[in-house]
Amino acid sequence: MKHRAVHQLRRAIGASTIRLPVRRCYSTHPPNARLNLPVDYATTPLLAHSSQAALSSKELPEDIRNGPTKKMNLFQAINDAMGIALAEDESVVVFGEDVAFGGVFRCTMKLADTHGAERVFNTPLTEQGIMGFGIGLAAEGMRPIAEIQFADYVYPAFDQLVNEAAKFRYRDGTCGRSVGGLTVRMPCGGVGHGGLYHSQSPESLFTHIPGLRVIMPRSPAQAKGLLLAAIRSNDPCVFMEPKILYRAAVEQVPTGAYELPLSKAEVLKEGKDVTIISYGQPLYLCQSAIKQAERDLGISVELIDLRTVYPWDKKTVFESVRKTGRVMVVHESMVNAGIGAEVAAAIQEDPDTFLRLEAPVARVAGWSIHNPLIFEKFHLPDVARIYDNIKRVLDY
Amino acid sequence: MNSNSIIEDESQVSSEVTPERVLGWYKNMLTVNIMDGIMFDAQRHGRLSFYMVSHGEEALMVGSAAALDAADVITTQYREHGVFLQRGYELKDFMCQLAGNHNDPGKGRNMPVHYSGKSKVNIHAVASTLGTQIPHATGAGYALKMEALENPDQAPRVAASYFGEGAASEGDFHGALNVAATQDVPVIFICRNNGFAISTPASQQYRGDGIAGRGAGYGIETLRVDGTDIFAVYQATKEARRRALKGGGRPILLEFMSYRISHHSTSDDSSAYRSSSDVSYWKSDDRHPVARLRKWLEHQGVWDQTRDAKLRAQLRKDIILELSEAEKEKKPALRAIFSDVYAELTEEAEAQRQELKRIMLKYPEEYDFEEHEGGIEGL
Repeated sequence: MKHRAVHQLRRAIGASTIRLPVRRCYSTHPPNARLNLPVDYATTPLLAHSSQAALSSKELPEDIRNGPTKKMNLFQAINDAMGIALAEDESVVVFGEDVAFGGVFRCTMKLADTHGAERVFNTPLTEQGIMGFGIGLAAEGMRPIAEIQFADYVYPAFDQLVNEAAKFRYRDGTCGRSVGGLTVRMPCGGVGHGGLYHSQSPESLFTHIPGLRVIMPRSPAQAKGLLLAAIRSNDPCVFMEPKILYRAAVEQVPTGAYELPLSKAEVLKEGKDVTIISYGQPLYLCQSAIKQAERDLGISVELIDLRTVYPWDKKTVFESVRKTGRVMVVHESMVNAGIGAEVAAAIQEDPDTFLRLEAPVARVAGWSIHNPLIFEKFHLPDVARIYDNIKRVLDY
Repeated sequence: MNSNSIIEDESQVSSEVTPERVLGWYKNMLTVNIMDGIMFDAQRHGRLSFYMVSHGEEALMVGSAAALDAADVITTQYREHGVFLQRGYELKDFMCQLAGNHNDPGKGRNMPVHYSGKSKVNIHAVASTLGTQIPHATGAGYALKMEALENPDQAPRVAASYFGEGAASEGDFHGALNVAATQDVPVIFICRNNGFAISTPASQQYRGDGIAGRGAGYGIETLRVDGTDIFAVYQATKEARRRALKGGGRPILLEFMSYRISHHSTSDDSSAYRSSSDVSYWKSDDRHPVARLRKWLEHQGVWDQTRDAKLRAQLRKDIILELSEAEKEKKPALRAIFSDVYAELTEEAEAQRQELKRIMLKYPEEYDFEEHEGGIEGL
């Protein structure tokens, strides 16, 4: 069943490359909608549509900022990062279910041809086996990149992640061995018609595990820099890829090897009245809502991308909230005990930030339900809900 | 070796198995046996929080470890003290871990018998989670296979994983063997089948032909061995290692049959679920691995009753002395609470360290920090 679903999803995602308004069979946009319109990835300011925009980031090293760029979508950028990692470090290996032929989302295309079947290979269909195998490789000093086909199927490997990968260094003590070389990639998030088992965003289950770094990129250039940082990091990293962006998000990406910092948030847009904190795909929805709210209300909104959801960048968030006094957190996964809960609690706990709060911290997130196939548009945060919450925190 | 401790077919024994070498194995088996007895009592007297003995499994631990190369990577479950000892762990190492003092490489973070010996003996730190370490050996074996491809001049290595027959019911056993077979990994899976997983007899663990019966299903060469006969264990492991390295690598499964003579742990009373006659049968001189080997050594004329009694007394003295010494040592510095969660201390951990220190300075009478190296300043 899993493989059939993959095939259907791939076909459906492939359809979005045709330049037509996206009309999927399960979820459509009402004809009179003003807010809940499809994200226009071709014009969104969150993607670098020119080389100049791509190279303007001050986080990029000097040689990269003076180097070439290439148009890539998210899966191509991830493929590019893994290709660089395999080429520069012999201890890097890539494995998982169906990665040898290129992966069900094309993320590992041509890697086996270029780097050999010993370094890029299929495993049997066993998530706990994949994770345990990766831990064993990393314990010998290698840098394994394990793929879990969908984040929804990571749970058989949960014991390995929680009790083994995360605790390895701590229990080894002065022996100094860790599995810091381990990176686990997994496609995550809603895709329009993924139902219960092709839509999940289990990041907050990982953020409750000391020892893991949990990362979710929003764009191709960011994915490349963060994935390279994760692979080179000496801590085990969970790298979650919003699958809806694999083909949809296209931008100019520097072709050289570069890292973006882990555990560092990025201020995507400065503003003075409200702070919105998010990560991954919902940032595009936030951007659409901000555009409308700023036009309608004559305000300015600050948008922050957490990038690494644990250990997360409190400093950048607190600074912004101290400035605006109003804040909301947006994510797909369930509101209860989600990333928003942690961010909101930390904001009210910080004495200086608490004093500057002008309104309660709002959380716009998935309802406390499973992702129901034909109801997805009513479940995941959308532009209307984000827009309404901007008004609500301003009206308080 | 038959029930009279006579090797019926000497041609099956490698030439390097000399009486002198076997005497070394015997001393290690006896050390484990005596250490287990003393530590069990020490736990009963409240000196340790917990202990697990390995009575009945001394031969399979020492014999298999002796057949592996010192550089081979090992993962264990928790009942493999003999493997640690044979690989170079000393009494002091055991006692420092059991006492959780500042010399414990695990920095006092793990329960007793959760030895961490990666740097000294190339054995992964012991974790309580059952079965999870079996695929680690598969991964390690694959790393060693790639190392051999890149450095053909270097002696190739294997990985080995020890686990009980109960742990073999976990999904990780299945994942580990299947990945190892499909990727041709040089790894030896060593099952200690001692008949019980805590109170659960093997009859409630599986209905197939033990663990060895599963090997063929994965396409893995397999052998079942008398785990109380150190010669059989040694020869089987040595041959398994040779085959594991053949043609670039392949997995091998060994099932060592034995009997868990002792309770599962200090938190278990096994008389609640098994008969004392079974236990006495396996404790008898015909069946007990230590007694069987002692008889063989006596046949060879390299050992006798007097020397045995003397060694036993000496070991008891050494073990009690090392335990007392380990107990006198300070516990690890308090900074080990927060370190090693990540490669570097995170900002969050640093803030929490400062908060704990603030509380301790404010309420010094509420905490026993003087037991730790550096006291409150060690945080």
